[in-house]
Amino acid sequence: MNPLAIFRVSLKTLGRNPVRSFLSCLGIGIGIVAVILAMAIGQGAKTMMVKEISSLGDNLMMVFPERRNHGPVSGGMGQGQTMTAGDAEAVKRELAGLVKGVSPQVRTTVQMMYGAKNWAGNVQGVSTDILQISNWDVPVGRFFTDEETRRAARVCAIGTTVRANLFADEEDPVGKTIRLKNITFKVVGVLGSKGANNWGQDQDDVILAPYTSVQRYLQRSKFNNINMMNISLVSMADLDEAKRELGALLRQRHHLADYQDNDFETRDTTELMNTIGSVTGIVGVLLLVFSVITLVVGGIGIMNIMLVSVTERIREIGLRMAIGATPANILVQFVFEAIVLATVGGAAGVLAGIGASHLVGGLAGWPVLIEPASAAYAFLISTVVGLFFGFYPAWRASRLNPIDCLRYE
Amino acid sequence: MSHLIDIRDMYKVYEIGAEPVHALDGVSLAVDEGEFVAIMGSSGSGKSTMLNILGCLDVPTRGSYLLDGIEVAARTRKELAHIRNRKLGFVFQNFNLLPRTSALENVELPDLYMGRLGHRARRERALSLLARVGLAGREDHTPAQLSGGQQQRVAIARALMNNPPVVFADEPTGNLDTKSSIEVMKLFSELSHEGITIVMVTHEDDIAAYARRHVVMRDGRIMRDDRDDGGVLKTQDEVARLVKEALA
Repeated sequence: MNPLAIFRVSLKTLGRNPVRSFLSCLGIGIGIVAVILAMAIGQGAKTMMVKEISSLGDNLMMVFPERRNHGPVSGGMGQGQTMTAGDAEAVKRELAGLVKGVSPQVRTTVQMMYGAKNWAGNVQGVSTDILQISNWDVPVGRFFTDEETRRAARVCAIGTTVRANLFADEEDPVGKTIRLKNITFKVVGVLGSKGANNWGQDQDDVILAPYTSVQRYLQRSKFNNINMMNISLVSMADLDEAKRELGALLRQRHHLADYQDNDFETRDTTELMNTIGSVTGIVGVLLLVFSVITLVVGGIGIMNIMLVSVTERIREIGLRMAIGATPANILVQFVFEAIVLATVGGAAGVLAGIGASHLVGGLAGWPVLIEPASAAYAFLISTVVGLFFGFYPAWRASRLNPIDCLRYE
Repeated sequence: MSHLIDIRDMYKVYEIGAEPVHALDGVSLAVDEGEFVAIMGSSGSGKSTMLNILGCLDVPTRGSYLLDGIEVAARTRKELAHIRNRKLGFVFQNFNLLPRTSALENVELPDLYMGRLGHRARRERALSLLARVGLAGREDHTPAQLSGGQQQRVAIARALMNNPPVVFADEPTGNLDTKSSIEVMKLFSELSHEGITIVMVTHEDDIAAYARRHVVMRDGRIMRDDRDDGGVLKTQDEVARLVKEALA
């Protein structure tokens, strides 16, 4: 007998007992809803956290000149004057295999003016590497170029908050000239919006300009120092090696003797990422326990129904054997029935779970994320549950003696 | 010429309690193609055990059984299933149709397990068999929508589905009223005339009168094996007398 024909027999049999079939699907269905819901919330939370951290930068490592005390006055972080743009170039050159990008950063707060509008904001002098390091995009216009950086061109890309405060909504800022500290800068692009970071700071309230131009026109410093370096690593796995190499390089460049401490400090996002990892790990284990318990309960429900069904249909089994069904035919028929029950329950559970996730997410304001893979996983699991819990009743049915079945009262 | 059914020195012993029960106690019987045999006897005579073994639903304790030239003893469950599927048809006292399943699907069932015909050919054969047993137009009726006699005729059509050399019937009229019984027995007679071999168990003289050979059993032994002379059927009274003499 071909499997398709047996499958049709299974479907028909289940269709003849719709209420019972529905009830036996229900256990698995509810289990799958719970699994999907937990996965959706867990994944949503993880994605939100990872996104916030990666908005800081891609495999980000930051290097600050160490604070120096000038007599009784403590300088803040990044206020030391020992680190230069040359250091940044050296890092990029010497640590080529470890780093994807290095951008020096100089910061200043200026009054910005355009027409009758003005706004006080933050100008960051950076190199073009910052696009990749900080995951910026430039949907309107363009970013400044390396060539413009080299010749300290007075060009800049503005964040959406700056744009909103200096320009009317309908005005295209690209090509317009704004004044920073009364020095004219041409706007060449508008940055994509990043929103607030983990600490609630508006990341769009910023102007990015070549660090050379900021140093020359806005800081008017006689020093060539920078406030920090942003470095993106090829892989966070290389973090320790990168720190070691960077330390050796900067100590050499800064002519530090062995007895002298470093005059710089590094920061990275590893700790934040580790926290996320452990939280998602816990969620994952909970999810696993949750899945196993609910699915075992659902599976036992199916096994129960199938055992009842075998006893109830014992004459049918006897008849089928009498007219030529082999033990394997009977086994396959009952296993199919269990699998159909489980997968129908599983499929309904996946759909209901997706609905419930959005409902719960909407009501509680949590982000939910349902990956197709987790829906497929839930579906697959329900099939396995059907196979596992359906096998024993089916095996019992297949071992029955036809004559005993036909005589059964 | 070899026989269609050939059992030799067959025993079936049940171990119930301390005393073994001999349901079959050294039975030999040969049935040729085209015969219509009634196995008779009171309850406990071994006639049902005999039919179950003949129908490959049960296995003998000892003895050989050749069915259509194949040795049936010492077969696996799977092989027995194939033999039941291809070599024989079954008609039961209580019809044993699948409930809530159309007459057509019930008749198609043996070929579903055999897989000899395609979907269309299977349907056509089942429809023609239903027409053959006088149920044309009822193919979509479920057993609940059919009378007892009609259900038994569906069961007969099902038994013929795989074109087996022999049909076994176990008290085929036991659950039927007189009118339906006559209809069913007339159908068996017609099938017999068409050359189909029929082995039937019954304890009713009037039903046994349709058969052309009567085997009377008691205590697991064959007491009398009588063929009708020249194709002339015995009357009910003659059968009754035959049984009475055999068991005297």
